Amino acid sequence: MSFESAIARLGGTTLSVGSVDACSMAKGETLADTIRVVSGYADAIVIRHPREGAARLASEFSTVPVLNAGDGAGQHPSQTLLDLYTIRQSMPIEGTDIALVGDLRYGRTAHSLAWALSLYNVRLHTVSPAGLELPETLASELTEKGMEIVPHDTVSDLIGDVDVLYVTRVQRERFPDSASYFNVSASYRITPEILAGAKKNLIVLHPLPRVDEIDPRVDDSPHARYFDQSRNGIPVRMAMLMQVMK
Amino acid sequence: MKKDETQENEGLLVRRIKNGTVIDHIDGGEALNVVKILGITGTTQEALSIATNVQSRNMVRKDIVKLTNRELSKEEVNRIALISPHATINIIRNFKVVEKKGVEIPAVIEGIVRCPNPGCISNTNEPIRSRFDVLQTGLHCCYCDWIITRDLTSHII
Repeated sequence: MSFESAIARLGGTTLSVGSVDACSMAKGETLADTIRVVSGYADAIVIRHPREGAARLASEFSTVPVLNAGDGAGQHPSQTLLDLYTIRQSMPIEGTDIALVGDLRYGRTAHSLAWALSLYNVRLHTVSPAGLELPETLASELTEKGMEIVPHDTVSDLIGDVDVLYVTRVQRERFPDSASYFNVSASYRITPEILAGAKKNLIVLHPLPRVDEIDPRVDDSPHARYFDQSRNGIPVRMAMLMQVMK
Repeated sequence: MKKDETQENEGLLVRRIKNGTVIDHIDGGEALNVVKILGITGTTQEALSIATNVQSRNMVRKDIVKLTNRELSKEEVNRIALISPHATINIIRNFKVVEKKGVEIPAVIEGIVRCPNPGCISNTNEPIRSRFDVLQTGLHCCYCDWIITRDLTSHII
């Protein structure tokens, strides 16, 4: 929806193929064919797809610019640009301590943000349930690029040390049963009580939608920036579209 | 077994071919993987000889593959570098070595290795070949960024 809003504000119109299940791909058409057809209809393609690497494939078959709006558990680069923009509104990114919390294995927003932060001399703190840590290959690439990654068991362990708390959703389907999910999600919940130990200028971000990860009582806290972050998605995506269609 | 009988038997195993390619100095035990990476199966046309765990001057043991009536292309040769970087390739014509070359690790490999990530778009019916950048740390999937760091041969298509 945010890309549609951005396009509308730029004076453009959108053609939506809907979800993968609802379009011609459901009839067996390849993504390559869909992209070849759609690139004849549009000036740019924004793609969200359940498989990793789909946007790269699309860019190989498209004759118009392709923007990756999320590919499976891979990357979500437009979200990262708005995340960086939101952090920059509060502080310089360089040299900060930033925590990623939640499902870091399958969370594409966390992957893209971690990559981008490796350009900024950021110390990365991580808190995630067992089995949902940052992918091993990504973590080793980031370390090779000189990034310091500090894993923690709980948010309370790091809350006094970080400038940004980036919270992501832990999805129920990652757990064998509801009880395990509720136990884990409750232990990662951000509450006003946890934030009592935070730095004065800490900001809390979340790519949204949230479920239980952030207590609604946090919404009125000066630390909460996730709705500003969501709003920033519009100008950032407008800028991306302008850039690729110059 | 007497020494001359051993030599005679080894001579039979690695006997000369008239035309084709001899892949020598393959790391011991990797010959079958070399054959696999070249796409040679029981149903392809080549006459094939394989010798494994042969004593070598430079290596503790080596494997040798001989392909009759087939000269490998540079791209095929470089595939071999992925699993046996010390291999040497001899092109044979009329029993003579007309070209001898080493293998070079390619920068990119296409259609040889399957991405182990089940969610990767390259593991679908899309009209693409798998593609990997060859890095020092392993093979990097050009689609999903997965990196294969070990057990490469189990991913050969």
